[in-house]
Amino acid sequence: MSNKNLQGEVWVFAEQEGGKLHDVALELCGKARELADTLGVQVGAVLPGYNCAELAKPLFAHGADKVYIVDDPNLARFTSMPYARAVETLICKHKPQIVLYGATPLGRDLAPRVASATRSGLTADCTDLQIGDVFEARSKQEYKNLLHQIRPAFGGNIIATIVNPEQWPQMATVREGVFPKKEADEARTGEVIEEKVEIPAELLVVEALERFVETKKIDLKGSRVVVAGGAGVGSKENFQLVVDLANALGGAVGASRAAVDSGFIDRDHQVGQTGTTVRPALYVAVGISGAVQHRVGMQDAAKIIAINNDPDAPIFSVAHYSIVGDLNEIVPMMIKAAQERVVTE
Amino acid sequence: MSSYRSIVLVKQVPDTSKITGNAMKEDGTINRAALPAIFNPEDLSALEAALEVKDRFGGTVTVITMGLPKAADVLRECLYRGADRVILVTDRGAGGSDTLATSYVLSQAVKKVGEFDFIFCGRQAIDGDTAQTGPQCAEKLGIPQICYLTEIIDVKDGTATLRRSLGAGWEVVKTTLPALITVVEEANEPRPQAAIKVMRHKHKRAPLEAAEGETIAPEDQIEQWSLGCIDADPERCGFPGSPTKVHKILSIVLKKEGSVQVAPTEEGVRGMFSELVKDRVLG
Ligand SMILES: Cc1cc2nc3c(=O)[nH]c(=O)nc-3n(C[C@H](O)[C@H](O)[C@H](O)COP(=O)(O)OP(=O)(O)OC[C@H]3O[C@@H](n4cnc5c(N)ncnc54)[C@H](O)[C@@H]3O)c2cc1C
Repeated sequence: MSNKNLQGEVWVFAEQEGGKLHDVALELCGKARELADTLGVQVGAVLPGYNCAELAKPLFAHGADKVYIVDDPNLARFTSMPYARAVETLICKHKPQIVLYGATPLGRDLAPRVASATRSGLTADCTDLQIGDVFEARSKQEYKNLLHQIRPAFGGNIIATIVNPEQWPQMATVREGVFPKKEADEARTGEVIEEKVEIPAELLVVEALERFVETKKIDLKGSRVVVAGGAGVGSKENFQLVVDLANALGGAVGASRAAVDSGFIDRDHQVGQTGTTVRPALYVAVGISGAVQHRVGMQDAAKIIAINNDPDAPIFSVAHYSIVGDLNEIVPMMIKAAQERVVTE
Repeated sequence: MSSYRSIVLVKQVPDTSKITGNAMKEDGTINRAALPAIFNPEDLSALEAALEVKDRFGGTVTVITMGLPKAADVLRECLYRGADRVILVTDRGAGGSDTLATSYVLSQAVKKVGEFDFIFCGRQAIDGDTAQTGPQCAEKLGIPQICYLTEIIDVKDGTATLRRSLGAGWEVVKTTLPALITVVEEANEPRPQAAIKVMRHKHKRAPLEAAEGETIAPEDQIEQWSLGCIDADPERCGFPGSPTKVHKILSIVLKKEGSVQVAPTEEGVRGMFSELVKDRVLG
């Protein structure tokens, strides 16, 4: 879609599951509010589902001005094609200038399908979003008020800003926790807009036969203390050290992508750009080098302890306490000290 | 046995676990030459899923990759594992493609291959983790997408019953065919290369891999398609076809000041903890 609507709204895809909004949708409403205020436009939330009118209220409370509800029994459960049809139809009708999605398994299934249908750009896993002008040297064109989609770039210590100058809407996905959820303003209200989208039978060819939803096993985002292990921990067996330290400090267990990729621990524990962003009171990085993709997910912790045997490891640049040495000696000392502390108190 | 035609989309990626300093060029694209190139791990899982369909239900496996001529490496690896046909899509005009342009090129190549029952691709490539190309191809081909496959339960009568991951939990779905399926690493254990197939295919090369003046015997040629071969509109490929542009690249300067050096000793660690308790970080 190349016709740019400068008055277009800032939209959030309101992901819900069984009548419950995903946290990331509310986090994004807060960010969308900021972006929309900078642009002087309104915030819209798109809510496909069935019998989900109730969910408009929290969306207003977190910053939406309008909630577009597509209420249809065929949308009771997520399947890619009907959901994509609903969202792309509303995009074509209302021409928002920005659409944000949570980078959840569902959002990452839906957003690219919508981007393809609308032929617009989509940037995955943004770690920041801003509004700014862009001057294109090649075409000598000045673009006002583009969405700056900021994310670590592959290949070292670099952060890239991506823009979609021409093909709008400008779309991005954002992981849970990147933007903290703002406090709800229960007094805020807005306009509910009921939309009807035709979903033809040929889009209804995927049928869910059986489903098992786990309750989340870990709460990384909500933990006061996170102890995270990296590739330096060396093995799945040795990762128990990280778990023991987390237990001694009453914290949750985090990990780098390298630790996850090596099979030391499940992917739900990954901290960073393509994992969870955490802001605990204390973050302990054990055998983690501190690649930019990891740092963006933990550098806002109030206090950071880093343990690494390489004095030049980048993790020390964000640490408040730097311990240079072998984690196999230091972590047991920390566990002991933490346990003594409990005993003496 | 029936005959299911599977197409697998694979990518050669820089080994992100071996990232070294200057891997970026000034225009923000990656200098792939600076990193070892490997078979994207989840694409290997996608290949295995296609081979599994072939083994259990009968059929053929065709693999397509888009990339530089060197990407024929991953195609050879597919032949060594049991793929029946491999195709390299390579063209200067495809350079700089973002996921939208990439999915356009790949879907054009799929259309040229012809009718199919399955498209398998890895959930995501390790150099971007975006997971976008699969769903975008499905949309362009007008077929359903099943993301995050963990198990092929059954294939029959033009339908597939599949288990997919929901992140927290799983779902069993039944879809009509053709369908595009993205595969996660947990789905299977990719088979090793078969020595006999290595012997048979190791001389296969794409025409653009030939040294100057050298000709590759027809029976040793890997099929190589340009954008023209797949009827691709140049305006939808490469830089012109990519709505996302890299506007700015910022190097982060690492600073060390403000960090307390803690001695790697029991006293050091205890001292740090008492400070954290005093500051009410620890209870
Ligand atoms: C698209 C993309 C997305 C990514 N997303 C994420 C993400 O969300 N989260 C993430 O973490 N990474 C992510 N990464 C990967 C990231 O770039 C790094 O590769 C990864 O964070 C490295 O993990 P690590 O620090 O555990 O491993 P390494 O970089 O291998 O570091 C291991 C460290 O352990 C130290 N060490 C070794 N032995 C000992 C010992 N005995 N005692 C003390 N220290 C020791 C070493 O000095 C080294 O510093 C992403 C990469 C890409 C390309």
